[in-house]
Amino acid sequence: MAKQRIVSTSINGNPVEFLAAPRQTLLEVLRDNLDLIGTKEGCSNGNCGACTVIFNGRPVDSCLVLAVEAEGGELETIEGVAPTDGLHVIQDAFLGQAALQCGICTPGFIMSTKALLEENASPSEDEIRFHLAGNLCRCTGYDKIVRAVQQAAEGVTN
Amino acid sequence: MATVEDRQFRVEPFPGGTPGNQRLVEEGRLPDYDVVGTRPIRHDGTDKVTGRARYGADIKLSGLLQGYVLRSPHAHARIVSIDTSKAAEVPGVHAVCTNADMPSADHRAGDLGEGIVDWYHLNQNVLANDKVLYTGHAVAAVAADSVHIAEEAARLIEVEYEVLPPVLDVREARGADAPVLNDDVRTDLQPAGETGDTPTNVAKHFHYEKGDVDAGFAAAELVIEREFTTETVHQGYIEPHTATAFWSPDGKITVWTSTQGSFMIRMQVAELLDVPISKVKVVPMEIGGGFGGKIAVYLQPVAAVLSKLSGRPVKLNMDRSNVFDATGPTPGSYMKVKIGVDAEGKITAGEAELLFEAGAFPGSPINPGCMCVFACYDVPNGRIDGYDICVNKPRTNAYRAPGSTHVALATETIVDEICEAQGICPVEFRLKNAVKEGDERVDGVTYPPVGMWETIKAVELSDHWQSPLEGPNRGRGIASGFWFNFGGNSVVAATVNEDGTVSLIEGSTDIGGSRASVAMQLAEILGIAAEDVTPTVVDTDSIGHTDVTGGSRTCHATGLAAIKAAEDIQAQLCQRAAMLWDVESEQVEYGDGATLTGPEGKTISFQEIAGKLTQTGGPVVGRGSVNADKHGGAFGTHIADVEVDPDTGKVQVLRYTVVQDVGTAIHPSYVEGQMQGGAAQGIGWALNEEYHYGDDGRLHNASFLDYRIPTCYDLPDIETIIVEVPNPGHPFGVRGVGEVPIVPPPAAMANAIFRATGVRMRSLPMSPPKVLHELLSSDG
Repeated sequence: MAKQRIVSTSINGNPVEFLAAPRQTLLEVLRDNLDLIGTKEGCSNGNCGACTVIFNGRPVDSCLVLAVEAEGGELETIEGVAPTDGLHVIQDAFLGQAALQCGICTPGFIMSTKALLEENASPSEDEIRFHLAGNLCRCTGYDKIVRAVQQAAEGVTN
Repeated sequence: MATVEDRQFRVEPFPGGTPGNQRLVEEGRLPDYDVVGTRPIRHDGTDKVTGRARYGADIKLSGLLQGYVLRSPHAHARIVSIDTSKAAEVPGVHAVCTNADMPSADHRAGDLGEGIVDWYHLNQNVLANDKVLYTGHAVAAVAADSVHIAEEAARLIEVEYEVLPPVLDVREARGADAPVLNDDVRTDLQPAGETGDTPTNVAKHFHYEKGDVDAGFAAAELVIEREFTTETVHQGYIEPHTATAFWSPDGKITVWTSTQGSFMIRMQVAELLDVPISKVKVVPMEIGGGFGGKIAVYLQPVAAVLSKLSGRPVKLNMDRSNVFDATGPTPGSYMKVKIGVDAEGKITAGEAELLFEAGAFPGSPINPGCMCVFACYDVPNGRIDGYDICVNKPRTNAYRAPGSTHVALATETIVDEICEAQGICPVEFRLKNAVKEGDERVDGVTYPPVGMWETIKAVELSDHWQSPLEGPNRGRGIASGFWFNFGGNSVVAATVNEDGTVSLIEGSTDIGGSRASVAMQLAEILGIAAEDVTPTVVDTDSIGHTDVTGGSRTCHATGLAAIKAAEDIQAQLCQRAAMLWDVESEQVEYGDGATLTGPEGKTISFQEIAGKLTQTGGPVVGRGSVNADKHGGAFGTHIADVEVDPDTGKVQVLRYTVVQDVGTAIHPSYVEGQMQGGAAQGIGWALNEEYHYGDDGRLHNASFLDYRIPTCYDLPDIETIIVEVPNPGHPFGVRGVGEVPIVPPPAAMANAIFRATGVRMRSLPMSPPKVLHELLSSDG
């Protein structure tokens, strides 16, 4: 095993330093080293979006980012989405619209939705479907997910 | 009583849904419930939208080792030798195991709830013994301080193979010259019960016959016979398989895993490791999708063996390519189906020959395929032959209505061809031929009250069917489908809390909202709010045997157990009230509004009496234990509008409606979700999904990039029409919902493609190259 390095980063607004081997992905370090298990592994090769986190303002598949690349960056994970006194409007919308079944893809969808609504507060249905096409869900057929994103968008704009 | 044709129906929005979520309502008949049919927030929802829910791979234990499984690079080979010595010497490695480290298994059958296994074959599938039968077949495993060390060590294991020719196609595998995968397999003819005497790949042959088939075809005005093929497809759950096990020095094995059936995992681990079931505790973690593919064991016994050898808990995770290579899938198939109709468009006879891939070991869903092929229609004369055939692909497993989607492609496209030839509307044909109560299926089963006819009626009344589809290269198709649903064993225990709420524990793992639908049934009986019930899925030491979450059984059977537990609570609370009032318990009644009433106008609410349990004899726990056997079958009919690109053959879905008889929808949002999700899987199966094998038997597309399941950009809104023909075998009429919606899509899409292009697709997937090929052939 190659020598581990110290990586200094910010996660959900808090400064975090961690040790990572050069081969370790950000996904592996989040889950195994930092106990941030809300970020899920579905494929580990960037095809399913279950491990989506927001890295310097952009949604990324954390399985395609090496942990050492997080040096100096700002990360946002599912654990940082809810305010201390409740849920984020996106989370409320996913619950209210029954936009999850097994729930394994849900953190990734919520992170992608957050990134979308930060960039475009009133997306059309086509824009929603285009933006979320990197996140796979096998349970829902996506209909209720799209409704949830529409509801969340209304909550963000109002 | 008026005949079904005289009854008046309308389609209207289902309360609380979006405009695309509708229901069929019969005039003068509306269900009247307080909790059932409402849409509460699911109890486990907050944990799942905040990332706090713990799935199989999220388990952390002190001293936990990580494992890696070495897999076969060959589709078919004899294992000459395995040398693990170099791997064992790698620093950080704590254990290495092969099949030799597991007890040997016998040829005995085990029932996993959605399929039968032979323990000998399951043992060989978990870790290969003398042969590997597909690429990705597990051969050896390593446990180490990290997964990277385990992987590096596993690569030092030396396996000498004698490579054998693979066979991948069911028709070839049936031939006399085909390589035989398993020396011990003989053809088992059912239901006759005869067994062949030579080694073969044909493990089972089911034969069903009803009426006079030859006379039925002779009486037909039109007979259509067609051949169909489908490719191997995968369940495609987003969470890869995972298992963690600890074999304690006291002999007890604990397994943490994501599974559809913790009691089935307990049984399999106990059988394969030759320990009593009482020595195995399975802790079900949240499960990231299953669809039938997370019932059989893969990693669980291997993790346990590695734990025994190392003395430490061991976690094994599959990566995505392992999932495609070595788990699931559902069979590819070859089918020849023939249907005859008289001049009025009434079916006179049907005949089917069905060949399903078993994969490496016997066990395809060929028998349900046989029973489903003509299940939607009143077929007076029928003959069905089905074959379960081993090929060098992973051992197949249940996938949502296993076997039914295949056969629906055949029957429903032939029905569409008949309608075209006879000039009959496909809705009218189905209304005329739909099965009803009392009709007998070819395999001899007589239907209880069913809702096939009502699903067609809902199609006829739907906005979708009544809206014209215009434009070039566009077409609309419909297709129907059937699944038996299931009952089985379920146990619920429910404790009344002093604050007037109920804690419910159950053994059914929750794949898609069943905690909510089970809790709602208990709440309905007790007259309390769904939110006042806290449902928890518990481990195998904490509740009685509960069968798999599968077969569309959970809402029905575990719901029945919850109803019984609620009734048990009612009876006990009546006794407590009688004690408080100093009357006989028979004088107390548990009435509406969660109020107990006694003589002389005495009343006490559920909440009040819940606070008086200590002074009246201690806590109240309701029990419900069932082996349910009155599951009503369920039918669905789908409408698909497509546009076919004449230059590329790409099929775009423009509009899609799922109609299904669910009996009674307990939580309509999750019922709609099952209908939408099942349809999306069926659309993927119809248009994209297939295993691509090379001639050497290697799988070429073991990733979500190359095995492309539908994304949200591929699909339109999926409209739903819930039909509620109550199941008389359940107090609220629940039938179950999850299986049926995957069945009609491939046929509905094929029929829509025909209406768009004039081309009949009889081979799945209807991917751009294949559709374009047919378009060009038809032009030429």
